[in-house]
Amino acid sequence: MAALLQVRALTRRFGGVTAVDALDFEVAEGELVSLIGPNGAGKTTTFNLVSGLDRAASGEVLFDGRRIERLAAEKIAALRIARTFQHGRVFANLSVLDNVLIGAHTRLKAARPKLGPIAELLVALVGPRGVREEQAQLVEDAKAILARFGDRLTPRLDHPAYSLSYANRRRLEIARALALRPRLLMLDEPTAGMNPTETAEMEAIIGDLKRSGLTILLIEHKLDMVMRLSDRVYVLDDGKRIAAGRPAEVRDDPAVIEAYLGHSRIGETRAEAAE
Amino acid sequence: MTPLLALDGIDTFYGPVQAHFGLSLSVGAGRIVCLLGGNASGKSTTMKVILGLVSPRAGEVRFDGARIDGLPTHRIIRLGVGSVPEARRIFPVMSVRENLFMGAYARDDRAGVKQDFDRVLALFPRVAGRLEQQAGTLSGGEQQMLAMARALMGRPKLILMDEPTMGLSPLWVDRVLELIATINKQGTTIFMVEQNANLALQIAHDAYVLQTGRIVLEGPAEKLRIDPRIRDAYLGGAVAA
Amino acid sequence: MGSFLDYTVNGLVIGDVYALLAVGLALIFGVANLVNFAHGSVYTIGAYVGWAAITYLHTPFPVTLAIVALACAALGALIERLALRPLQGRARIAPLLATIGLSFVLDQLVQLVCSPNPRAVPAELPDWRIPIGGGSIGPMDLLIAFVSLTSAGLLYGFLRFTKLGYAVRATAQDREAARQMGVNVDAVNSAVFAIASALGGISGLLVGMYYNHIDPGMSFQATLKGVVAVVIGGIGNVPGAIVGSLILGLTESYGIALFGTTYRNLFAFALLILFLVLLPNGLFGGRKVIDAEPLTGSFIAPSRALKLPAPLIAALTVAAFALPFFATSPYLLQVLTNAWLAALVALSLTLVSGTAGQMSFGQAALMAIGAYASALLATDYGVSPLLSVPVAGLAAALIGTALVFPAFRLRGHYIAIATLAIGEIVGLVILNWESFTHGALGVTGIPPLSAFGYEVTSARAVYWLCLALLVAFALLQMRLINSHIGRTLKALRDDEVAARSHGVEISRYKAIAFGFAGFGAGVSGAISAHLFSYLNNQTFDSQLSLLAVTMAILGGMGNILGAILGAVVLVGLPEAFRFAAEYRILIYGVVLLLLVRFRPQGLLGTV
Repeated sequence: MAALLQVRALTRRFGGVTAVDALDFEVAEGELVSLIGPNGAGKTTTFNLVSGLDRAASGEVLFDGRRIERLAAEKIAALRIARTFQHGRVFANLSVLDNVLIGAHTRLKAARPKLGPIAELLVALVGPRGVREEQAQLVEDAKAILARFGDRLTPRLDHPAYSLSYANRRRLEIARALALRPRLLMLDEPTAGMNPTETAEMEAIIGDLKRSGLTILLIEHKLDMVMRLSDRVYVLDDGKRIAAGRPAEVRDDPAVIEAYLGHSRIGETRAEAAE
Repeated sequence: MTPLLALDGIDTFYGPVQAHFGLSLSVGAGRIVCLLGGNASGKSTTMKVILGLVSPRAGEVRFDGARIDGLPTHRIIRLGVGSVPEARRIFPVMSVRENLFMGAYARDDRAGVKQDFDRVLALFPRVAGRLEQQAGTLSGGEQQMLAMARALMGRPKLILMDEPTMGLSPLWVDRVLELIATINKQGTTIFMVEQNANLALQIAHDAYVLQTGRIVLEGPAEKLRIDPRIRDAYLGGAVAA
Repeated sequence: MGSFLDYTVNGLVIGDVYALLAVGLALIFGVANLVNFAHGSVYTIGAYVGWAAITYLHTPFPVTLAIVALACAALGALIERLALRPLQGRARIAPLLATIGLSFVLDQLVQLVCSPNPRAVPAELPDWRIPIGGGSIGPMDLLIAFVSLTSAGLLYGFLRFTKLGYAVRATAQDREAARQMGVNVDAVNSAVFAIASALGGISGLLVGMYYNHIDPGMSFQATLKGVVAVVIGGIGNVPGAIVGSLILGLTESYGIALFGTTYRNLFAFALLILFLVLLPNGLFGGRKVIDAEPLTGSFIAPSRALKLPAPLIAALTVAAFALPFFATSPYLLQVLTNAWLAALVALSLTLVSGTAGQMSFGQAALMAIGAYASALLATDYGVSPLLSVPVAGLAAALIGTALVFPAFRLRGHYIAIATLAIGEIVGLVILNWESFTHGALGVTGIPPLSAFGYEVTSARAVYWLCLALLVAFALLQMRLINSHIGRTLKALRDDEVAARSHGVEISRYKAIAFGFAGFGAGVSGAISAHLFSYLNNQTFDSQLSLLAVTMAILGGMGNILGAILGAVVLVGLPEAFRFAAEYRILIYGVVLLLLVRFRPQGLLGTV
């Protein structure tokens, strides 16, 4: 069976720098696959290319067999691919609840009639029963999602997101992504900046999501966590894939260690012409 | 002997997020000292604190005996601190020559500046050959050379370097490291922040390792080079005391 | 054919003058990332200082020039130090609003000190003309060319060969790196403002001499022209500003040649919109990269809104309706009626700029479209106001949204500029489309409001009607904000990238916001037309748009009650203190400045 997400020969250049270099990888349904690699390896750029925020120079992205590399981000979200951001981007002035409800935007049916924006406006002003019921249902769903995070977010339902702690903001971002009922969830460094306790909590939540059948693509730097959670791991460096396989295979690969700690050889001088 | 640069008990915050927890380190005059750490460790914030771009909420920064935390950046530069910023940040629409002179902006001694100009060009032949070229058109490695030459033009006592080997090919990395060692031998103290631990430890005298805002390892570079705990610090595990 | 050369020379001369203005704007944008809407005021002050020097001190021209340059340089440095430097680190929209407040203050000060009547600027130049081709050049043309070229040369020399000039260039290219080279970037800001203002002042003096005419109202147009030139050239690019100015000058000149003087500004703004839509980075600006960080420029300040208890609001509403039974002074009722109509516009503004985060400086255009639609339907086609007013609202909604639609992909200050330009264009189209709109003559004899045969003319009846409309619209807006559309608008305001990543179609929701707002503003304009019984292209001008912004900020951006409160305060208070009526605009400017600096969340807090 073909993988849910297939990336083939994906390439993105910024001026003279090739950020993503003919990248190949895939994610099967129900898998948790991790992308690891040092800073500047091209991981977040890859996310941007897959989620439609950026355009690749060449290559293909297939989701469920369908080519999506030319689609806009809004359309890709409608295909039920959700993502979070490296530095955590919540809607600062919206409440926790509203943040999650925005995640459910693509699931609005009664509130977003096919007739167009004028119809949508009128429906919002009139507020017929179908719309109110849908809203109530979405609020229930949102609360259920937030409950996954214990009492971290639920008591703060009406608080504006800017008043949340950093860790709570990252959690909220994930809750928002889950509200989209994604078939593929892309998490960009979900535990960045978190202390060990918070990291362990997040690891447990991601583990739960995986066990519930969700397909997850993860960028992370905490390699022990990556090793425990992942079905498979791809290692990127300088935009290229340098290793791939099961966590155990990748963990002791000297190329991986070198990529992280830095190239240890001070290279022999090469011919000037090479530059 | 008092260190040239000392941070003492620094707490830094970005809004509600704490970036440094009682950070303390010192840089001895004439040494190369490196600050290592993985992502989100607080390395770059350390540079910003020293340069006065970010104010610590607690603690002191002392340079050459005097307190500099709370001073505006241009005053700190004038006290003899030079900077090679992260991602180089040369002035793209200015020529190489003009970039070099910007490095000497804080100086008043025209004769000394002229002298240093010649000295710097001797040290950086690759830069000397492109004086009139627009700096934005140089390659990454050449821009790094230019950024270092520019910092030297200020005749600083201390040069701060933020990830000098980031994004460079191995050949350019070699050149940059050689030059850092040479500059240091000629008397300039170097404090550098680096992600590439192996390389930094090759040329540094002393090293500190930062993890989520706290120093978890410190000591002479040759000791740390063979310390297995560095791997833990980088790859996310807890560092055994 | 000889005329062609004449128009070319004319265009180049005017282009030179614009260049002095535009270069200053480009310099300021380069180092401070700010579109300085007070620039035109400095230009005007320069003209008046020059006029005063010539008239009272009888100074020879070079001395006049020096006095103007120094006075304006000082003014520029003062503006930067007092009004703008304290706003560093705030949302990017804050300094822009501060410069608007400044322009109000400075313009009205000039008007108060020097009277609103235009003055002549004696040029005392010889009377000869040099024939060229089929046209001719006069001494004024040569003088302007000479001063412009010399200024450009001096500026070039300064930037290329002096230490401060290096600092300016470095700061414009990379402020943080410049700082780390030891540049005092705050001092650079001051210096740049001083230089830019000196050039602007000189420009004002030259224009005054060229047309032999100065008046306090010339500042706004000047700022706009400068902005057009800068956008064409590439915002922040100094040589680009010069090229853009010459292109603008020539376009205007040929436009006049082909269509007449009233089309001059229309061409300028049409050119602006063309560039904003097709080439927003101008001819020489670089290509933009994807926004890595969420743009925080559009929302002015996060805060907790003051929650007034529902019974209190209900009581206030009832009291408002009951007022005519207790206070019978028709004057009071009239003032409050004006406040209700202004509140409608403030509501529309607060939705678009507060809730949706799209800073709009063009609300007056929506009012004008609504006013004209209803007035023309009633006067020329005999439609009853009962029908024409809602239709006018729809017209304003649809036309307004269609006009602003191409600008939806612009961000931050570009939207502000685009909406301002669209507002001006609408006014100019109304002026020039005489067959339809009656042009400058305006529409006279607009019938009063009436429903089912009964005329609504008494102060009480009009008061109740406007209040009812306001309450109805406010309730609808509240419903809108509480619906999924409200949170979607706020989401795209806070972080467009994250919103898109969750499926929000940005243009669709911006259109909904502008459409809804257009209806409210259009109805307000329509009602006003029937109340005034006369209207022309100047009844709803850009100053009104900026007042709407001030009202919304005063109450709290995005806050419905705040918009109403802001309107009541800004309309009512100057009337309450009759002596202050002359200083109305000055007070508005000061209010805006104080708000942006000390209380950007307004009286009731942002939502």
